[in-house]
Amino acid sequence: MNRSSVNHIWLHRFAVFTALATLALLAVGGVVTSKGVGMAVPDWPNTYGYNMFLFPPSKWVGGIFYEHTHRLVASGVGLLTTILAVWLWIVESRRWLRWLGVIAFFAVVLQGVLGGLRVVLFKDEIGIFHATLAQLFFALVCAMAVFTSRRWTERRAPSRLVSENTNHRAEAVLGAPVRRLVLATTVLIFLQLVLGATMRHQHAGLAISDFPLAHGKLWPATDAASVARYNSNRAEVTGANPITSVQIVLQMAHRLMALVILVCVSVLAWRVRSSGAPSNASARSKNGSQRAETVLGAPLRRLAFGWLALIFTQIALGAWTIWSNKAADVATAHVLVGALSLVTGVLGCLICFRRSPQDERSPVAAFSETAPVHGVSV
Amino acid sequence: MQYCPAGAGLISSRPFFDPKNKKNMKLNQTLALVAGFAAALQLATAGNITGKVTLKGTPTPDRDISDDMKTDSNCGKLHTEPVKIRYCIVGEGGALADTVVMLKSVPGAKSTGASAAPLVMDQKGCEYVPYVAVAQTGQKIVVKNSDPTLHNVHPSPVNTTGGNKEDNKAQASGAADLTFEFPAAENFLKFVCNVHPWMFAYITVTDHPYVAVTGKDGTFTIKDVPAGKYTLVAMHRKAAATGVEKEIEVTAAGAKADFELTMPGAK
Ligand SMILES: [Cu+2]
Repeated sequence: MNRSSVNHIWLHRFAVFTALATLALLAVGGVVTSKGVGMAVPDWPNTYGYNMFLFPPSKWVGGIFYEHTHRLVASGVGLLTTILAVWLWIVESRRWLRWLGVIAFFAVVLQGVLGGLRVVLFKDEIGIFHATLAQLFFALVCAMAVFTSRRWTERRAPSRLVSENTNHRAEAVLGAPVRRLVLATTVLIFLQLVLGATMRHQHAGLAISDFPLAHGKLWPATDAASVARYNSNRAEVTGANPITSVQIVLQMAHRLMALVILVCVSVLAWRVRSSGAPSNASARSKNGSQRAETVLGAPLRRLAFGWLALIFTQIALGAWTIWSNKAADVATAHVLVGALSLVTGVLGCLICFRRSPQDERSPVAAFSETAPVHGVSV
Repeated sequence: MQYCPAGAGLISSRPFFDPKNKKNMKLNQTLALVAGFAAALQLATAGNITGKVTLKGTPTPDRDISDDMKTDSNCGKLHTEPVKIRYCIVGEGGALADTVVMLKSVPGAKSTGASAAPLVMDQKGCEYVPYVAVAQTGQKIVVKNSDPTLHNVHPSPVNTTGGNKEDNKAQASGAADLTFEFPAAENFLKFVCNVHPWMFAYITVTDHPYVAVTGKDGTFTIKDVPAGKYTLVAMHRKAAATGVEKEIEVTAAGAKADFELTMPGAK
């Protein structure tokens, strides 16, 4: 067994593949909930009494097709994650990364069991947790793909360079405020995901059917008579539960949170807009400070603008979800772009809270040392 | 009304004739006489509630599900005409079908569900037939599958504290009928098929037999209601989800009660 920190290119590629497979799994899982077919297969782990791998394709009709595909793809991701964990355990020198593989393995097992229990225990709450864990797992696998990359292992640590140089501009770009902003925005996106999952897994369809107004107003009426009117006049796609005032407030919170997130990411993009750009080179006198900006600034700048593009896309998809009366494909795209936004935030945190390539501790440990006040782990 | 359960019967479940025991037989004859007398007495002081439900205001638009149907070709080929979910079936003069009409509370009334004939719900053309029905607590609800495809039958009660249990059973084409029953009263208990998510139906479960569903002509009949004063409730999924009430008095001649339901928000 040769554990070395030498970059294992195939291990990295495998981790990337696992991340892509997880994204596909999120898509299929999203479709299952969007179409309201999660209960189309009443039994688990069997499928209509068959071993799930032997269920005849002639019976993959209607909602069964999506639910059964979801189960099969999930098995595949489970297998990939197991291989990834074992591979890391054998070849990886970074102890924390080996354990991250183990955590991923248990997460995917838990996720599978949760999915099964959702079906046999009839609990919407499990569905919410299943959807949330799905995206956290996706973020974890993406992070593992980053940790196994050559770029990650070879890049110089930015925060140390920042502390070494005295350039105020560099401090402003790479300093604590930016880091806190990235972290806070990521936490907000996570909360936004929980809100979204809660709305989706109450199986009540659209609590508010118009946008940008809400039931014709800036803030919708939520008294009993108004809610009765909303329920009477809507034509549910599926046998959706009646909407409640709580669900209307939830959706308003989701809309407002979207606005807050948009502001956060816009501010971040503005703060780092010129960092790492070659045009800055002439303005920099000290070699160190310029290096710091290009090393951290360029990836962070790219990330911030990519993030902003994702948030704009996400808001557009959210609006389209409503205008399309929650068309399954649009709603699922909204889930996926949400997941990508979360992952972008997590990667942003990794860039910001990175210490040193020689530092064998996990980014989480490094982070808790640099910013001990928050107590939130990424 | 075809979904109207029969009124309370007072026929003894014990055998009337027992050749091995003449004493017993005599006793049974006496009991039968008493029972018959009681039944006659009850009928003499009981009547039917009849009436008609109409709708005022713009009904909820129907939803076309023809494209959804095609996601299972077995369902798609069963239909040549466009298929719609009928939220409001409105007939001549605003006659409103699928309205549940029931007595709000009947002192001393008990569910006769255990002895009532089962409520039969069929799955035909990948739709539930009927769409809205009533059953009593403890009454058997038999679900058939007349389709060339498989369904999952997924009753999703809300009154779980009362003891109604969510369930989800597979039913292949040609499979045996499924039977459900619920111990607690619940309005519009939802049955849904997730293989075909546009398939859903509502069964209102009551703990007494005094309930009916309006037909296409908007009329209903609640049979054999003991004389007295009652509150009558009319509920429709879209037009009056929580119900509209009316005070009535039932005599031996029965009672008449018409409802005009107004779509919420309609002027
Ligand atoms: Cu079905």
